[in-house]
Amino acid sequence: MTPCLTITNLSATLPGGARVLRDVSLDVNPGEVRALVGESGAGKSMIGKAILGVLPSSVRQVSGEIFLDGQDLGALSASKRRILVGANVALIPQDPLTALNPSRRIGSQMTDQLIKILGWNSAKAYTRIRQLLDEVQIRDRERVLRSYPHELSGGMRQRVLIATAFAAEPKLIVADEPTTALDVTVQKQILRLIATMQRQHATAILFVTHDLGVVAKISQQVTVLYGGMIIEQAGVSDLFADPQHAYTRALLRATPRYNDPDARVEPVQPDVLAGLQNELAANDHAWEKHLG
Amino acid sequence: MQRILIRLFTMLITLFGVAVVVFIVIRIAPGDPIAMMLPPGATDEDVARLRALYGLDKSLLEQFFVWFGGIIQGDFGTSISLRQDVLGLVLNRLPATLELSLFALLIALSIGGPLAIWGARERGTSIEAGIDIANGAALSIPDFLWGLVLILTFGVLIPVFGISGRVSPRLDLPFVSQFYLFESFFRLRFDLTKDLLSHMFMPALALALPLAAIISQLLKQSLKEVMDLDYVVLARVKGFSETQVILREALKNAALPTLTLIGVQFTFLIGGTVIIERLFSYEGIGNMAIDAVINRDLPLIQGIVLVFALLFVLVNLAVDMTYTLLNPRLRNA
Ligand SMILES: Nc1ncnc2c1ncn2[C@@H]1O[C@H](COP(=O)(O)OP(=O)(O)OP(=O)(O)O)[C@@H](O)[C@H]1O
Ligand SMILES: [Mg+2]
Repeated sequence: MTPCLTITNLSATLPGGARVLRDVSLDVNPGEVRALVGESGAGKSMIGKAILGVLPSSVRQVSGEIFLDGQDLGALSASKRRILVGANVALIPQDPLTALNPSRRIGSQMTDQLIKILGWNSAKAYTRIRQLLDEVQIRDRERVLRSYPHELSGGMRQRVLIATAFAAEPKLIVADEPTTALDVTVQKQILRLIATMQRQHATAILFVTHDLGVVAKISQQVTVLYGGMIIEQAGVSDLFADPQHAYTRALLRATPRYNDPDARVEPVQPDVLAGLQNELAANDHAWEKHLG
Repeated sequence: MQRILIRLFTMLITLFGVAVVVFIVIRIAPGDPIAMMLPPGATDEDVARLRALYGLDKSLLEQFFVWFGGIIQGDFGTSISLRQDVLGLVLNRLPATLELSLFALLIALSIGGPLAIWGARERGTSIEAGIDIANGAALSIPDFLWGLVLILTFGVLIPVFGISGRVSPRLDLPFVSQFYLFESFFRLRFDLTKDLLSHMFMPALALALPLAAIISQLLKQSLKEVMDLDYVVLARVKGFSETQVILREALKNAALPTLTLIGVQFTFLIGGTVIIERLFSYEGIGNMAIDAVINRDLPLIQGIVLVFALLFVLVNLAVDMTYTLLNPRLRNA
């Protein structure tokens, strides 16, 4: 089975030459959820942006390939890549408050890709998103379709964005901390909703989070990142049962457990961090050698 | 509703303030309208008689109330130099200036808008740098110098456009209104439209260039800020091209903050017509204003200034209304 997404040896640099991604390689199989975990600044979002082709202008991909269904994206022209990625990969963004255009109605924002990029007629597109609004459990969908974003709550907007992401039946969805910006009470509902939709549509998801508790609930595979470098990847039960890397163990200890709320939550110890710094330095050294 | 009433009230206050200020200023300024009217060797009695005729012998306060009372009844007084009704004179010339200003605004938008979009699309490249340089150059030269440059190049060196007047004198004009350009268009007299446009083009371009630079600069800046917002990134992810993203997602929201500034700049442009119309002998209200000042024609100056003030106030109102129209948050409130 060809993975739906393959990334090999992906490195990206900032203008000074500092690397935000270091030789990242990972797969996502069709219908599978891979969690990307790591602390803030680990490069989780950067991987998503690289796949989606929206890296910040200051960040440059300096090595590596990204394959979508076996198709090397680097081999495509910019416009071919844009269309291919647009049709096959969707994004559920972090902040539903800023991810919708304040001056356009929800209906038009939900259908524009189907109509303008994929060439559906308007009736078909609206039928499709009505069906998806039902799936994300929005009851007064006609009102929502006519609304402007500011007329909806954060949770509603995130439901709208989730529905939009599934609308074109993408093979892969990048979900970049899709619950972080929401109220705690809404977070669980949205997480459950994404999990349900994912199963029903059998869509592969690259799920970015810094919360290992969330990882356990939604994903089958996990990639742990630190400083742009992959620390460990494994199936979710293996990783929780038998973490190989000291940093992973430290992260697990740093995560509050739902079944055992009294368990001690420890911050990552200094010796683990020192070990990570050594690994980053060794990685830098290898990279400089590779550059010559 | 209440907002509209407050708005109207402030408009009236503004206009009243302008009326008071202009009334006082032109009476403090040196120069005597009566002395300029009479031939040399007129007696003091002649002068006094004329003074009384135009009400200039009364006290300032009295003069003001006579004038202001007249305005309320729609009587703006009589021009001293032209000996005609001020309102009639002004209304007769106003359409020419309106057409010129609007045409200039159109030119400014159609140069500045695309440049802003192009610059935002090519942000960070040498193309953007080139646009910045062009904007800087256009801005550092005032409109009347652009007028001179244009007259010298396209009027004298390579004479392709008219440089004098509003329309070629040889044509017999079928117009019933003073809105020649609009009327020629609706009468399907495109030969006249062409002639009018050829006369308007250079003065309008001279007025438009600085405004075009401002629009291009402000809108580009505003677009660049919007281009990194999440909903714009999401549109890129959906597969929209950079140009589509700008036109569909960024432009409207980026235009909002620029709109107010463009409105202010447009009133400057209307002010600029005074000198530009003179330069191109264009028979608009600005050209008449200069004659009125030279002749110390107090009633006419007052009338013209009030009309300009009214235009400024209306432009600001139009900007406000467009702003509300474009912004769903305000519209629903
Ligand atoms: N627009 C940008 N320009 C330059 N550097 C950036 C930019 N955005 C992020 N970075 C840097 O790239 C690195 C990785 O950032 P990234 O956003 O991928 O982190 P993250 O793992 O998603 O963290 P978070 O949990 O805070 O979202 C960080 O060191 C960050 O400072
Ligand atoms: Mg992130």
